Amino acid sequence: MYDGGKIIPGLIIFVLFITFPIWYNRGNAGTVPQPELPKKYKQCVLPDADMRAEHMQLLNRWRDQVLRDGDWGFDVKIGDMKYQKSLMNTCMQCHTSKKKFCDRCHTYASVKPYCWDCHVAPVE
Amino acid sequence: MDTKRRNFLKIAGATTLAGLGGPAVVERLVSGTSPAQARAAHGEHPASPGAKTHSAASGHEEKNAPTGRRLGMVVDLRKLRKQPELMEKIVHACHAEHNVPHFPNKKDEIKWIWRTEFDKAFAEHSDYYKDRMTKAGDVLVFCNHCDEPPCVKACPTRATFKTKDGIVAMDYHRCIGCRFCMAACPYGSRSFNWRDPRAGLDMNHINRHFPTRMRGVVEKCNFCAERVGLGKPPKCVEVCGSTRAMIFGDLNDPDSEIRKVLRDNFTIQRKPSAGTHPSVFYIV
Repeated sequence: MYDGGKIIPGLIIFVLFITFPIWYNRGNAGTVPQPELPKKYKQCVLPDADMRAEHMQLLNRWRDQVLRDGDWGFDVKIGDMKYQKSLMNTCMQCHTSKKKFCDRCHTYASVKPYCWDCHVAPVE
Repeated sequence: MDTKRRNFLKIAGATTLAGLGGPAVVERLVSGTSPAQARAAHGEHPASPGAKTHSAASGHEEKNAPTGRRLGMVVDLRKLRKQPELMEKIVHACHAEHNVPHFPNKKDEIKWIWRTEFDKAFAEHSDYYKDRMTKAGDVLVFCNHCDEPPCVKACPTRATFKTKDGIVAMDYHRCIGCRFCMAACPYGSRSFNWRDPRAGLDMNHINRHFPTRMRGVVEKCNFCAERVGLGKPPKCVEVCGSTRAMIFGDLNDPDSEIRKVLRDNFTIQRKPSAGTHPSVFYIV
């Protein structure tokens, strides 16, 4: 190989440079987002893990049930309490801060849900 | 093979007849009715409650007993004309309740319920030699929540649809802003959000229990589905209160108050010839 002495170290430097983010952050997942949970209430509509994984499907299901099937009533049960299927009138009544709850994970995961184009976030 | 032309034509003719007529015969045998009977019975098809219930609107209420609810409204213009301030109050209350933005520019205007002149509301009615009240007083108009809503047929995404209560509702999540529904609606009941509606709202004084809309969707009166769903009357009816200038109820229930009012008063509808069967009736 002509000029092997230059090409091979060059390639090694190039690969190291390209993979810089991988080896520099090795073994470090970054700061995990810490959404602030409501202090007064301990139980959500579904168990925590399910809420974390499926809250978007749940919200879509609620939307269809309320708008399409006219299911406006208070039929979501948490313990003895009954709630309406509503983002603004149920979820955000306990999770009173969009910035400290929704946004922390959404920003971390770089997802931009369009909920708040129409729905009104709580006053903070 | 030695097929004669005569035989060939016979076979070809028989095959064509069987091909054209066969399915029709089979269909009739399977369904057990003739096409004419099937069409006559369509009006009371139990599979589509509300979708084909022309009870009060088309006048054969006894024949086609409709199933399901069909919410409707009677607007008593005799009472409203005497109190224009009540009309103003109704418009204001509805728009405040539903976070309807206010834009002074006519093109950007969003309206769910509004006042208009008699000739514009009832374009089909003769208006030669109008009486004093008709000339001076406005008419309160809003979505007619038609039994045969042309907007629902026009919507390519089913963002607008009829609920089981007969409300012509909108799912703003699905609206793509094509405005076909606006072209289809004969009453101009729909408004398009050309601008961000939040720019036309005082965001510190909005109703925080009801969403706003976003730029690029069509909006209109929802018959207060969110209130009716909880057993409350629509906001406009609530504002009328004891004046009973607007009466709300189930048109399919012969014992309801609205049906009693319809029995006792002569009412008219907007553009009946459009065949939309509005659920809103006016006492003039």
